[in-house]
Amino acid sequence: MASIEILNVSKTYPGSAARSVTGIDLTIRDGEFIVLVGPSGCGKSTLLRMVAGLEDISEGEVRIGDRRVNDVDPADRDIAMVFQNYALYPHMTVRENMAYGLKNRRTPAAEIEARVAEAARMLELGPYLDRKPRALSGGQRQRVAMGRAVVRQPAAFLFDEPLSNLDAKLRVSMRGEIRRLQRRLGTISIYVTHDQLEAMTLADRLVVLNAGRIEQVGAPLEIYHQPASTFVASFIGSPAMNLIDAELSGSQLRIGGAALPLDAPAPAQGPVTLGIRAEHLHRAASGLSFSVDFIEELGAQRLVHGHVEGQPLTLALPPDAPVADSMVIAPAPGALHFFDTASGQRLGAAAPAPRAKGVFA
Amino acid sequence: MNRVKPFDHLVLILGTIFMVAPVVVAFMTSTHTAADIHMNGLTLTPGGHGVETYKTVLTRQGGFTGQVTGARMMMNSLILGIGFAVGKIVLSMLAAYALVYFRFRFATAMFWVIFTTLLLPLEVRIMPSYQVMSELHLLNTYTGLIVPLLASATGTFYFRQFFKSVPDELLEAARIDGAGPIKFFIDVLVPLSKTMMAAIFIIMFVYGWNQYLWPMLMTTEERFFTLMRGIKQILQVWIGSQIPDYNEAFALAVLALLPPVLVVVVFQRWFIKGLTESDK
Ligand SMILES: Nc1ncnc2c1ncn2[C@@H]1O[C@H](COP(=O)(O)OP(=O)(O)OP(=O)(O)O)[C@@H](O)[C@H]1O
Ligand SMILES: [Mg+2]
Repeated sequence: MASIEILNVSKTYPGSAARSVTGIDLTIRDGEFIVLVGPSGCGKSTLLRMVAGLEDISEGEVRIGDRRVNDVDPADRDIAMVFQNYALYPHMTVRENMAYGLKNRRTPAAEIEARVAEAARMLELGPYLDRKPRALSGGQRQRVAMGRAVVRQPAAFLFDEPLSNLDAKLRVSMRGEIRRLQRRLGTISIYVTHDQLEAMTLADRLVVLNAGRIEQVGAPLEIYHQPASTFVASFIGSPAMNLIDAELSGSQLRIGGAALPLDAPAPAQGPVTLGIRAEHLHRAASGLSFSVDFIEELGAQRLVHGHVEGQPLTLALPPDAPVADSMVIAPAPGALHFFDTASGQRLGAAAPAPRAKGVFA
Repeated sequence: MNRVKPFDHLVLILGTIFMVAPVVVAFMTSTHTAADIHMNGLTLTPGGHGVETYKTVLTRQGGFTGQVTGARMMMNSLILGIGFAVGKIVLSMLAAYALVYFRFRFATAMFWVIFTTLLLPLEVRIMPSYQVMSELHLLNTYTGLIVPLLASATGTFYFRQFFKSVPDELLEAARIDGAGPIKFFIDVLVPLSKTMMAAIFIIMFVYGWNQYLWPMLMTTEERFFTLMRGIKQILQVWIGSQIPDYNEAFALAVLALLPPVLVVVVFQRWFIKGLTESDK
């Protein structure tokens, strides 16, 4: 029974004044697939590398299993890592690459053989075992890198953007493969990515990082439906959630000159940032007047970009929905999110997951 | 791109002739007798004495003590060349490894000190080096011949640049795979450096092979004579009306050419193979 505890961990790089990672607290349960997601430079890799032991932990504590590992060598932390550029040993064959870590641990040769064969079978690497990495495609190299992690049978897999060197199609299939593998092995995985789609599809729990701090932790849908801040709201989901300036007064929502009745009690009064997902807006008999700038056809849906009261807004409509240059739109019931204008924090209780209307959701 | 361009070929052919002609002349001339050469100068036609000249050169006991043969000189040169090349590769790889992978104070400063010595030729420090070797009683030994010249700024520089180009993730992957500093060096860096080692071997072997001044200072006994000194020796004939053995000098020169050529041919293959095969 493995678990990873990250207790109030911070990182200050030598020579830099500010912390790159600040006060991270996270407990990862056995078998959980955790995705660290956030924009470039938010400290995802730093956090992962502290768990791996490749960076010193400036403050706080990391525990793997029931062991404090702050001062434990990476090799002895019982973790395996998959790197973005694969980091395969170029002069070793696929077989040797996978066996190297086991050899260094003095695993008996017969057992190495068996584990490599098993991993090769699982990852469909059998035909390539005697090739050098340079004779493999990007996807195959990625699988070898995963094989190298799998044969070790570690307590945790750490992935640092393992798919970002692959083309879009391969990325989707490898994503599935990683998920399937992890399900099957039931090994804790910490996966770093800046791709919110990858994050949504892979994670049991998502950790959204911003500027070295945790912004929100939760299941993908929970985060999607109840973003804790404007940062999370704009980062998770594609197209990004619409964020517009509005004002709550009484039981009315004012956007510029327009007003909408609220279907729930207002969580605050005065100026707020209003968040609405593109798919929770639809044409209505009465509501906001929306003027269209341009349309993006995605096939399954069409994204209509335009503005309301001078503020940009995006609608996701079914592909066959008629679009006029100017139309009246309204939000689905319960689809409004309110955020503090200054701090960006969510206001009021979490809204219930809204029912999408007239949209594939 | 791949179209045959006659002009390019012409240039190549002319260049080749220009480079090879002196060697051909030396070889052809070495097959004549000394008297012939003295009368007719250099020739481009083969003479009839090739085999015996080369046999003499390789086996005749020469010098004052009558101890030293051409074969012996060749061996000495080889010991020097290979000793230099191997020693320099080992030393400079270790130095570069320390400079690149270990964090210690003044590493950069240290590197620049090493780097500036690149600019100083051997001749500048030849007297102090001689002094040191003499006081260590290492004159007239192979150790004395080879060791003082082993520290190589050039080699250290090249290996440092190469190690720096190896992605950090490789080191990190190795650390996670449980490879310590020594294992990483032997299992990962050394195999990856093959190309670099081949290149440096070529350069350093030729450098060692061609040493003239240093062996002359360090050794007085004839059994340490190298080919370079042998050639010089043959041409230094002062007695009476004797003609210098031009043919033998040329034969030695041709022989002196062969091992470096061999080294280049052999290692170049490896060198190019390494260049095209490995991707770091
Ligand atoms: N070795 C280092 N020395 C000093 N600062 C560093 C070092 N490595 C990273 N940083 C800083 O720490 C912060 C977090 O970096 P990190 O690499 O963890 O970001 P990231 O979230 O992985 O970004 P990306 O998505 O681009 O990989 C950045 O601001 C970066 O400048
Ligand atoms: Mg990163």
